[in-house]
Formats: sequence, structure tokens, C-alpha cells
Amino acid sequence: MWKKLSKGTRKNTVTYLLVIVTYLVMSILQSGGHLSNLISGMLVLLCVYAIMAVSLNLTVGVLGELSLGHAGFMCVGAFSSALFTQLTVSTEMNANVRFFFAIVIGIVTAAVFGFMIGIPVLRLKGDYLAIVTLAFGEIIKNLCNVLFLGKDSSGIHVSMKDTMSLGMGADGVVIINGPQGITRTPKQATFLIGMLILLISLIIVLNLINSRTGRAIMSIRDNRIAAESVGINVTKYKLLAFTVSAAIAGAAGALYAHNTSSLMATSAKFGYNMSIMFLVFVVLGGIGNMRGGVIAAVLLTVLPEVLRFAEDKRMLIYAIVLILAMLWNWAPAARTFREKYGIRRILAARTGRKVIGSEGINASESGKQKEEEM
Amino acid sequence: MALLDVKNLSISFGGLRAVDSFELTIEQGELYGLIGPNGAGKTTVFNLLTGVYKPTEGIILLDGKNITGHKTAQINHEGIARTFQNIRLFKDMSVLDNVKAGLHQHYKYSTASGIFRLPGYYRMEKKMNERAMELLSVFELNKEADYLASNLPYGKQRKLEIARALATEPKLLLLDEPAAGMNPNETQELMDTIRFVRKEFGMTILLIEHDMKLVSGICEKLTVLNFGRILTQGETSAVLKDKEVIAAYLGE
Amino acid sequence: MRFLTSFINGISLGSVYAIIALGYTMVYGIAKMLNFAHGDVIMVGAYAAFVMLNQIGLPVYVAIPVSMVVCTVLGLIIERFAYRPLRKAASPLAVLITAIGVSYLLQNLALLIFGANTRSFSSVVHLKSLRLFDGRIIITGEMIVNAVVCIVIMTGLTLFVNKTKQGQAMRAVSEDKGAAQLMGINANGTIALTFAIGAALAAVAGVLMCSSYPALTPYTGAMPGIKAFVAAVFGGIGSIPGAFIGGILLGVIEVLGKSYISSQLGDAIVFSVLIIVLLVKPTGILGKNIQEKV
Repeated sequence: MWKKLSKGTRKNTVTYLLVIVTYLVMSILQSGGHLSNLISGMLVLLCVYAIMAVSLNLTVGVLGELSLGHAGFMCVGAFSSALFTQLTVSTEMNANVRFFFAIVIGIVTAAVFGFMIGIPVLRLKGDYLAIVTLAFGEIIKNLCNVLFLGKDSSGIHVSMKDTMSLGMGADGVVIINGPQGITRTPKQATFLIGMLILLISLIIVLNLINSRTGRAIMSIRDNRIAAESVGINVTKYKLLAFTVSAAIAGAAGALYAHNTSSLMATSAKFGYNMSIMFLVFVVLGGIGNMRGGVIAAVLLTVLPEVLRFAEDKRMLIYAIVLILAMLWNWAPAARTFREKYGIRRILAARTGRKVIGSEGINASESGKQKEEEM
Repeated sequence: MALLDVKNLSISFGGLRAVDSFELTIEQGELYGLIGPNGAGKTTVFNLLTGVYKPTEGIILLDGKNITGHKTAQINHEGIARTFQNIRLFKDMSVLDNVKAGLHQHYKYSTASGIFRLPGYYRMEKKMNERAMELLSVFELNKEADYLASNLPYGKQRKLEIARALATEPKLLLLDEPAAGMNPNETQELMDTIRFVRKEFGMTILLIEHDMKLVSGICEKLTVLNFGRILTQGETSAVLKDKEVIAAYLGE
Repeated sequence: MRFLTSFINGISLGSVYAIIALGYTMVYGIAKMLNFAHGDVIMVGAYAAFVMLNQIGLPVYVAIPVSMVVCTVLGLIIERFAYRPLRKAASPLAVLITAIGVSYLLQNLALLIFGANTRSFSSVVHLKSLRLFDGRIIITGEMIVNAVVCIVIMTGLTLFVNKTKQGQAMRAVSEDKGAAQLMGINANGTIALTFAIGAALAAVAGVLMCSSYPALTPYTGAMPGIKAFVAAVFGGIGSIPGAFIGGILLGVIEVLGKSYISSQLGDAIVFSVLIIVLLVKPTGILGKNIQEKV
């Protein structure tokens, strides 16, 4: 039965099982009181980062465009969902139903932003596209910082100046307070919901990749001109991939917003540095490798905390590892070296097995680092 | 009515007329050659026909329909597929997926059925796999279906490009120097394949080629370009005897 | 008055952007890569000058050249070990991501050595301020020096690129690296030279920037670096006068925007400019149009 499934399906199933098993193990540990407070407190955040890794990997690995503004989409998802929760918190709505809708709102709003931003951005290429996504991310963060929103009996008031200019009545409540952001959002995000969203994101992205739409997207990544020549509508599929990616980031944002008591659009939380951190997850996990990205996100967040090697050296180590990983995976010289002395090749020679790939390059070792890394 | 009818086609790049008053009529089922020295504008003609460039002047009729100025993807839907001089495969995708990408327009199911694995997905994927394998076997690539396209040897990459183009079910197939970089044996094999494709698929083919043996061996008609203008066109045997052609092209 | 003050401040800030952008545009024009770490080289230059001026007490005429040398060496090391191996990599993203890595590396090394504390950089400029309109407009010595240095550098670079042999080699490599190599030009050497010049300029920019805006932290260079890239794109990437014009314009737009629209939206305004420019005229004010060959 297992053997009958295609290689891709088997690999994806392993990924899903990994998520489920991780959830079960962690829940059992937690309920038995075997998890430190540190780890327990990090569980939802780990889900958020893992989902962001999946989201960005769709843009970088599958669509083949470098986005440095994904924290911006997360920010949109976080603020829109928290706003919804705050506006409806006093109504009769069931808390779980409300949270469900909050997540949906986060997803939809981020998707709308992704779509609108994608229209101009996806006309650009390479470095320009990267820097413009960075620009959009920073603009979103900046706008969130000057946004004031309040509610009173006469309705919703918005201002870009300060709370005073909201002009609310005596019963008015400030919901978004400029740089102070949104406070006291109920902490409804749980590890279970986080893992569910992660699992659903993975299923969506992996199924997308292995479908007609996914092939269209990847063909654009590999060769835009050839993709057009076989009748693929480049703009449509680029936008589709980018919008789905933004939507997933929105889900991560909604989760994040309901895991923090004060949601602020600071540089440390939603700035381009954050986008770059997500990129580090994707690169180290193997560009285009969803499972790898998730594992990298978890390891790179947990290890420094657990091992307690000085917090200030963590980013330094990230940087060094990032550079070395890029050189090792992409430098032509390193490639040649690996082809000569690669472990797979040595094993193949010893067992007398023929290396797949007629030109002596193992299929999985050349081209994009597809699945085998990590 | 001719399958392809090109009238007075011209394009200028900053004052330089790369293609000037180009005329071409190809009948259904013909195997037509476009030859000329390097820089004569042959690939530019292909780029004009496939909408990569917009012509400055002229019209292109495919099966009587005006396709001038349409977008590349649109023109493919209307029935022109091509290969490229510098091979353009989807190199990080498998050989099979390259052909399946070519099936994109004719084997459809929605993105939602793909994501949520609705029945339509399984039904259509099965058909796509069968069709793609059929095409791959024509080019003897079926054993390499799971390889990454970039891992194929050069000659097979050229064949895969043709298979991918055929997957889009074109009325007219444009081949840009299909024999470039091939040894005489491979070229011979390629000639057989082209003949086979034409017979099997009833395909009309326009090809650019430098290999005179291939051109004289399989093309029924030729157009010779020089400096963006037509030097002569007509039956292959007549064109190849033309003094001007020999002077311009063979460098006498 | 308010307008004039903002305008002058904008030119001063713009001059700093322009100097950084000149380095950016040279590297981009020739190596065809977005050197994300360029802004952090500025930070290194500023720290080097800071150590020599404020901690060792060396005179300015020693400190500036030495920090230029430090940055040049750093630029060469980065180019040789991080960027050159990836020059022929299959994906253009590879070198960009590596540059981001280098940027992080420099920031965090500085963090480790100098700590996160903001250092107050004492100005290297000792000119008297100009007071106009009864002191209602003050032009500081730093502003004058920024503008003058910027013009000098731009003129020098233009002459260098157009009149010298190395400059010709740079233009050749920028046009067509392969052809330039066939003509006997050492492309790697030329690219390394470009990085060296860019890094030396970054040191100057670092010192001037911290003289005008004295707060020095490991992250000081990052945002100005990105904005200078915006300036280079604005002016037309690869064009030396373009970087100058782009830098000045961006500085003026940023300060006017902060003063008239919202002080918190300065960055957003700068980035909006980038987006508009790229959508309306992707090649920038003085840029050349390049089309992909099929």
C-alpha cells in the first residue's frame, strides 16, 4: 500500500504525520507537566513562525520571487483579526466562533493586501521585486503605527493623528491606539489551533504544488518566456501564488494577535528584519522544501532559547549559517565538490548501484535543493 | 485558405529594421524552412509570430483569424507553439511535468479541485499522465519521465521541448534550430522524428535551421532571409539553386 | 521659512544619501548585484572613526583615511569570500540572500564588539554655522561639508569612470562581462576595485552621517543603506549623476514629507516614492532600458 503511493505523496504524508505526532507528543508532555514554562510559552509562537515559513516558501521556493515584506502581511492579518475580535468582544457571539471568524478575517484581509500589492509588484523582477516588497512591508508597519481607531455609541471613528482627533463621545473606547497598537485581545490562540492551521497550510501548499496550478506557477519560476509560449497566463498564476502566500501569512498573523496581550507594529515584530528571519528559515530548510522550512523555523527558534547560549550571539550565528548555507548550496565550486565527493555518490559507487540521472548528477542533488536537504 | 498568412510584417528596434516587409504563406500540412545567415532576423520572425514582439507593421493571419499583436499565451491558445534556439525547459521540474505544463490549456480543472483533491483532480490528472506519457514515448523519453529536465542530455532536451510544444495541441509548430549542437547521427534521428510528428499529428511545421542537409532533406518550401528582407522563397530545390542565395548564404 | 529650513535640511540629508547611493550604484552597475550589506559597511566605517576619534583621540586627518582603509579591506573581503563564489550561481536570489546574511553578520559583530548602546559620535566638522535671515535659518558646518563632499565625490567618480583606464574597464564589464574578458580585461579585478571604491565611499558617508546625526548603533547603517538604494533606483541604477540627483531628491522629499505630512511617516513616504518610480519609470530618472533577449 505504502509502496504503491508515488514518491511525492509519500513524502507529503510523512510531513503531515510529523506535524500530528509532534502535536501529540508535545500535548502529552505538557499535560504530564514535563514541559518547562519556557517551552510551553513558546508553542503558539513556534506555530506562527512555522506557518510563516510555509507562506514565504510558497513565494520564494515555488513562485521563485524573493519577498522581503512578508512580515507586513502577517501584520495585516494580526491587526485586522484583533480589530474584529475587539469590535465583537462585547456581543453575544460565542468566543470560539468569534475566534474562527477573526482568523478568517485575518486571512481574507491579508489576501486582499497580497492581491493589491501583487498587481504592481509582480511586474518587477529579482532585486527590484525584493526591495519593493520590503518597501510595502515597511509602509504597512508605518501606517499601523499612526492608525487610531475607536468605537462609541455613534459608530467607529478613525484618525491618523491621535486619540483626541477621533472625536468620540464619552462612552468611546480606543481600540487601535497608534504606536501602542491593540491591547487586551483575548488570548485565544492555543497550540492545537496553531498546529491545525500549520497542517492545513501545509496541505494547501503541498497539494497546490502537485496540481495543474502548481505546475503553471513553477513553470513561470523556471522559465517565464517558455511558460508563456505554452499558453500559461503568467500574471494570473503569479498573482494567485502571491495571494495564497499572503493569505497564509494572514492566518499566522491572526494566531499571533490572539497570543499576545499587546499587539504593536514595532520593527522588532513586523519590520523587514522579521521578514528576513522568515527568509532564513526558508533558506536553511531548503528553498522550496516545505518540511525543511518548518523544521528550520522550529529549531532556530527553540535551540537558542533552550541551550541558553547567549541571546546576543544568536543572530550572529544565524548570519554565519545563512552565508555558509548559501555558498554550500549555490556556489558552482561547492557544487562540483559535492558531485565529486558527495555521500550519495560514494555510496552508489560502493554498492555498484547506478546513480539516477543519466549525466552522473543525482537528480536530487542538482537544480534547486528540492527535498533532500535537512 | 492557407494556415498561416503573413503580410508585410516589419519591426524596428530604435531605427533598425530588423525584419522588413516579411511575407509568408504556409498551407496546412506543409513542412516549411526559414533559412538565412546569422543575424538575418529569423528568430525575430518567430518572436513576431508568437507575440514576444509586437510588429511595427503588418498582419498575421492564422487559419484566417487575425492574431497580430496578441499576447504570447493567447497566440498559443490560438494554435502556434514553438521551441527555442537556446533551450528553455522548466529545468527544475520533472520531464513528465514539463509536458504536463504543456497540457495546461487543454486539460483543465480548477485550482480548488487541485488544493482540495476533488474528484475532478484525480480524473484529469490521470488523463494528463496518460497523454503526457504518450507524447514522451513518441520521443523515446518515457523512461526518463521522472528525471529533472536539466539532467537530460542535450539532444533529449531538444526533443523534450518539441514534446512540450506538441502537448499544447498547436495547428502550427515553430522549431528554432532544432538540430543545433547535434552530431550527424542525432540530426538524422531528429529528421525522422520531425517527419514522424508531421505524419502522426498532421502537423504543419515551420523551422529555422542552419544544417543544410536537414533543410534540403525534409523541407518542401523555403524562405531565405538576409538583413531582415526576403531574398527569395519557393520550392526547396529551386531556392537552393538560386545564385543570390548561394552568394548570400553560402558565402560564395 | 519652515519650507526653506526643511529644504536645506533635506539637501543635507540628501547629500549623505547621495554619497551612499554612489557606492551602491557603482556596485550594482558593474557587479549587477544588490549589495544589501552596503549600509552596514557605513556603520563599520563610522565605528572605526568613532574608536579612533573618541576613544584613542587620533586627529581627524588620520581617522578618516584609516577608516576608509578599514572599509576598503572589509569590502574586498566580503566580495572575495561571500559574493565572488556565487557570481555564476544558477539563481540570482543566491547572491542577494548571501548579501542579507553579510548585512546581519556585520550588525551582529558590531553588536558583540561595541554593544547595543547608542554611542554619541562627535562631529568631525569644525566650521561655524551660517546664520541667515537674522538667525531664523541656520546652515550648520556639517550641512555645508555634506553638500561639498558629495559634489566632489560625484565629480571625481565621473572623471574616474570616463577618463581613466580602470574606469573604462568598469564600463566595459558593466556592458558585457564576457566580451570585456575576451578583450583582456580582468573582470574579477575590476569588480573588486568597484567594491573597494564603494566601501571607501561608505566610510566617508558613515563619518559624515554620524557627524550630522550623532547617534551610532550597530543598526545605524541599515535603513540609510536601504534608502540609498531607493535613491539609486530613483536616479537610475548604474548612473553616477543619477545617484546624485536621486539622493538629493530623496533627502528633500523625506524631510519635507516629515515636516508637512507626518513625522512618523518619513520612511513610508520614501518607500512610496520608490514604488511610484518603479511603476512609472522602472529605469529611474537617468537609467537605461534593458530588454531580455529571447
